[in-house]
Amino acid sequence: MATNDMVEIRWHGRGGQGAKMACMLLADVAGLEGKFVQGFPEYGPERMGAPITAYNRISEKRCNIHSNIYYPDYVAVVDETLLDSIDVTRGLKEGGAIIINTPSSPQEMRPRLQGWTGKVCTIDARRISEEILGTNFPNTPMLGAMVKVSGVLETGRFLANMEESFKHKFAAKPQLIAGNMATLKKSMEEVQVG
Amino acid sequence: MSKPLSGNEAVAYAMKQINPDVMGAFPITPSTEIPEYFANYVANGEVNTEYVTVESEHSSMSVCIAAQAAGARAVSATSSCGLALMYELLYVAASCRLPIALACVNRALSGPININHDYSDSMGARDSGWLQIYAENNQEAYDNFLMAMPIGETPNVRLPVMCCMDGFITSHAVENIELLETDVVRKFIGEYNPENYLLKKENPLAVGPYDVSPYYMEHKVQEAEAMKVAKARILEVAAEFESISGRRYGLFEEYRMEDAELGLVLMGSSAGTAKAAVDKLREDGVKAGLVKIRVFRPFPGEELARALAGAKAIAVMDKSEGFSANGGPLFAETRSALYDLKVRPYLIDIVYGLGGRDFKTEDVEKVFGRLADIAVTGETYPVYSHMGQRSKEETA
Repeated sequence: MATNDMVEIRWHGRGGQGAKMACMLLADVAGLEGKFVQGFPEYGPERMGAPITAYNRISEKRCNIHSNIYYPDYVAVVDETLLDSIDVTRGLKEGGAIIINTPSSPQEMRPRLQGWTGKVCTIDARRISEEILGTNFPNTPMLGAMVKVSGVLETGRFLANMEESFKHKFAAKPQLIAGNMATLKKSMEEVQVG
Repeated sequence: MSKPLSGNEAVAYAMKQINPDVMGAFPITPSTEIPEYFANYVANGEVNTEYVTVESEHSSMSVCIAAQAAGARAVSATSSCGLALMYELLYVAASCRLPIALACVNRALSGPININHDYSDSMGARDSGWLQIYAENNQEAYDNFLMAMPIGETPNVRLPVMCCMDGFITSHAVENIELLETDVVRKFIGEYNPENYLLKKENPLAVGPYDVSPYYMEHKVQEAEAMKVAKARILEVAAEFESISGRRYGLFEEYRMEDAELGLVLMGSSAGTAKAAVDKLREDGVKAGLVKIRVFRPFPGEELARALAGAKAIAVMDKSEGFSANGGPLFAETRSALYDLKVRPYLIDIVYGLGGRDFKTEDVEKVFGRLADIAVTGETYPVYSHMGQRSKEETA
């Protein structure tokens, strides 16, 4: 029952891939921009590799609703193998979009989305992460793609706030700041909308 | 200062600002992230708390009891089965009149094994002599923990305070929060200066010895009287807190109840979800409202009766079963509170949300739909029922 000035996002990932972290980072950075935010995971039996769901609400007013999100504006799929087992577009609003971590194009992904006719976006988060960070951390590029596609945050301020956030998070490993910023920017450039 | 924090982090931050003398900490599951965050503050030298890691919650509460009896300000945090393991000591803390503050992250008790939110843990401890204050969100969890000190430590109260928040829904969700400056917090909570304590050499005393029959009942009556006094003290502290924070608290919150014909009585984060549904129903012309119980112990019976007196039909929403076969614990209290009214609203009990079953605005609308029927027909059967569970066909 979201109001029009609220954006609701659902994240699908597998335990250990950082979908929850991406969700929490988005809440943090949107909060820094003065938005009212919620970021919360849905907890089940936690195992590495098991499907997990996390949610964001971002709005201009404080949101009192504390249920899960059933009719999201945007859906992020951090692991494309989830498409075979989870109805990821369930409840997704017609004017919304789904963003999938995959090397494939939106046109190639659409047939796997059970009749979804809205916007399909793809980003090769794995390749970007491996090229820049040398390892597979798909959550940062997925976050960049989500912000780009949803327009929920203004790009310039988003990047500036993320840099602050990374400086704090990686205080003991400053070499990771530049790489993470580069993956964010790269994914914002590369995300394909179809 | 405004920033997004999880409920766990918010309460840990409140503890940091309080800088208690002792924390009894069982820092692994089924505890919470609260001792984990607090351990960082200890390690970084940001607090000078004696952080006592123990092997169980039975021991963490024992540490708090010993420390508080010695004259120190002690805190702890727990959840679910961890609280259950403390039960024996909860009664000891209360009867020794030790104003310990405990953060309880409400999660279901086993079994079946479940880690998600409901109130079965703290509802089981409702007769232990602890004050119980429930939060709707991270802001209230933070604010309530700060208020616990001046409430519990007041000489004519001197009772421990359990500050409850919804497991995962509040404890693990990041939301905006307004934090007070630490010097403002310190001034608000003041120093803990008990009259008598173990380390006071001028007045040696024993704490917690065997209490023979000729004395036991007198002590229990004093404890019961203190619980009554606590109600007024909670309101005084709320007024003081409003003057430093601008945030207003009472024994409960009435939301759009002024002319409400249909209403809910409920607790915690569900109240937020229900407020959104009430707003929508009001737009559609339904005179809906709700009462969010903040203080469950002491129970604000007379005040609640006054708040509900004008309504036609009320649903009490219980997020713990209770197994009385006669309704959940919140229903028992509410129905009892209404008994002395000459004209009472129709009252039903709905048990919902057990073990983390999600509670949506659509569920709230369904309950109000039923209340609208009851207001017309007067038919309350079944008075006590469950909602949100799947049917046999659905689970087959």
